[in-house]
Amino acid sequence: MATTHEHTKPDQGADYLEDTPTDLYAEGGPTSDSVDGGAVYTAGGGDWDDIAKDVATLGAERIVVNMGPQHPSTHGVLRLILELDGETVREARAGIGYLHTGIEKNMEFRTWVQGTTFCTRMDYLTPIFNETAYCLSIEKLLGITDQIPQRASDIRVLMMELNRIGSHLIALATGGMELGATTVMTIGFRERERTLRFFEAVSGLRMNNAYVRPGGVAQDVLPEHLDQLEEELPALRRGIGELEKLLLESPVLKGRTVDVGYLSLANCMALGVTGPILRSTGLPHDLRKAQPYCGYETYDFDVITRREMDAYSRICIRLDEIWQSIRIAEQAIARLRASQGDPVMVADKKIAWPAQMSVGADGQGNSLDHIRTIMGESMESLIHHFKLVTEGFRVPPGQAYAAVESPKGELGVHAVSDGGTRPYRVHFRDPSFNNLQAASAMSEGSLVADVIVAVASIDPVMGGVDR
Amino acid sequence: MSEGDKVSTGPETPDKQPPAQTTTQDEANAPSRSEGQNVDTTTAQESAGGSVPAVHGPGDPVTMARKQGMFGGSLGGDTSGYGGLDAPVLFPGAAERPYGSYFDEVVDALEAAAPRAFADGLERVVVDRGELTLHVHRDHLLALVRPLRDDPRLRFEVCTGVSGVHWPEQTGAELHAVYHFQSITHGVRRVRIDVTCPDGDPRIPSIVGVYPANDWHERETWDMFGIVFEGHPGLTRILMPDDWPGHPQRKDYPLGGIPVEYKGATIPAPDQRRSYT
Repeated sequence: MATTHEHTKPDQGADYLEDTPTDLYAEGGPTSDSVDGGAVYTAGGGDWDDIAKDVATLGAERIVVNMGPQHPSTHGVLRLILELDGETVREARAGIGYLHTGIEKNMEFRTWVQGTTFCTRMDYLTPIFNETAYCLSIEKLLGITDQIPQRASDIRVLMMELNRIGSHLIALATGGMELGATTVMTIGFRERERTLRFFEAVSGLRMNNAYVRPGGVAQDVLPEHLDQLEEELPALRRGIGELEKLLLESPVLKGRTVDVGYLSLANCMALGVTGPILRSTGLPHDLRKAQPYCGYETYDFDVITRREMDAYSRICIRLDEIWQSIRIAEQAIARLRASQGDPVMVADKKIAWPAQMSVGADGQGNSLDHIRTIMGESMESLIHHFKLVTEGFRVPPGQAYAAVESPKGELGVHAVSDGGTRPYRVHFRDPSFNNLQAASAMSEGSLVADVIVAVASIDPVMGGVDR
Repeated sequence: MSEGDKVSTGPETPDKQPPAQTTTQDEANAPSRSEGQNVDTTTAQESAGGSVPAVHGPGDPVTMARKQGMFGGSLGGDTSGYGGLDAPVLFPGAAERPYGSYFDEVVDALEAAAPRAFADGLERVVVDRGELTLHVHRDHLLALVRPLRDDPRLRFEVCTGVSGVHWPEQTGAELHAVYHFQSITHGVRRVRIDVTCPDGDPRIPSIVGVYPANDWHERETWDMFGIVFEGHPGLTRILMPDDWPGHPQRKDYPLGGIPVEYKGATIPAPDQRRSYT
């Protein structure tokens, strides 16, 4: 954390600042005495001059604090530039980009299917949502949305809802840790592990699953996976109950979160904020209900809303949404038991991945049966496999937008195809990226400590923000 | 391909038993067609983008680019895979009324709310894959976007961001800014606005004044594509460092990367690998 004390003579202005040689790393840090009325800046970005000029005109007692990019309370590499007047935040700006990995650009150089392995790493707490949104956009471009097997959609729903539980638990866990409650953190991570164990059993990976593929999913969910999940569910319920008891009536938590991070409905609309923040204003907007995908319209669940518009109500919403997710997951489990053996990949063999993946002794790979067929029995199958895997399928030219309700809000994918085997352009409208814009509106005028709570209630994940 | 070989087992047979031998390999691998399939992907698979989906407007398809390469062409009898590729990239052309769904209502309401900007600025209405796209001239963007938000018949309250697309071969309209709007009032209606600007004069008016949510999205598009959103309150880079040269997601900006050696073989950088498009 870098702190800048600002004591500028009002008549000197910006020219004076530029002429003053400053030692940024002087022993003991800069104080007003050591520089005799001058200004010392520890700058972290190229636009610092502008901030400095602004600060210089404001008077003497303002302090600019750089919180982050590495700070335990900022959800990864988020940098908050706070202008403080005593303990009060006068201006807050978020600086992002520290985790930019060029995923969108990289995807343009891989096949459509390979794109899932990239986009799953964006918001690393919601991999299944990233993959599903991406695959839905491809399926829209291909025009095969209504040919996705029912079982594949049910698996997607089950995986997404478990992923929602995991993401919400991390939001609560890290949020609690930021307030100093490490037990909240350990319970949250412990319970999330139950969902990850199911992911690992089904896809071979805990995170970054690359499990949802264009046309369906990478491999079937077996009855033993469902057994394992059903064994975990009572424990998961108990753990979430524990978390509720620990959090909801805690006077410390309520003292820190009630009426903090206020954002009204009008603000949400103006800033395009979606997800639990929007639902904390009382608007029951949830794409699962409002614009259903993957067959959500056939599931029975409620959209959780509150009216308090503060950080506390968002905690309540996340907890209640976990219960709703369990409700959906149970329905999905029942459907998957009934449809065991149905296809989980689109029937179109020019698009469908030629084999189901399987987890063998040496890790995940093509199923041995499939390898036996293509290597020993059918030359055409081998050619077909080779063509699909190396060259990929072609997607008709055009553009499409598909959106899913991720735990953080609307995750939209704008996919453009030029008719080739690679995406021409894929843009992800990550909810964290958009919602983080509200950090300023939520925290300006409040205390420094409330900034942490406000940001935690947004639940930004920098992997998704910066992509 | 010879007949009589065993048909590949697809993923839809979990018991891994090959189906009864009734068809040739080609037939087995042909895309299935159903009533509901509104886009036939067969042509796309075989003509490398030189076709538009079967369902599109009566207007002429728009040529976005031309694909050329050694591989990828597979029409005709050449089975070497080295057919050579030379095909236009065709996007769906203008749609004709009725557009279907809520699209007519939205377009009518927009015309009624901003008749002059509608007449002068709306270049094309495209309905494709169940989505409404309005191609708008940049000079009239603001005049059309404000009623889009404020008019009670439209009420697209939320802008879910702008996404840049670079079509280097579209002379005079190389850079596209694609906006997506969402109306919650009317039950999640969506409309897309596609605005272009030439590479030599990459200016598009900022809509941050109407949709503050677009602040960071426009900064990202400036950062990645170099589109200058005029009137934006602070158009600075957002993801790349402030002193970064160039705009990384443009097509003329190289991906970079180095060849990797693995067990004696060298795998070239991703942008140097063979492309089948």
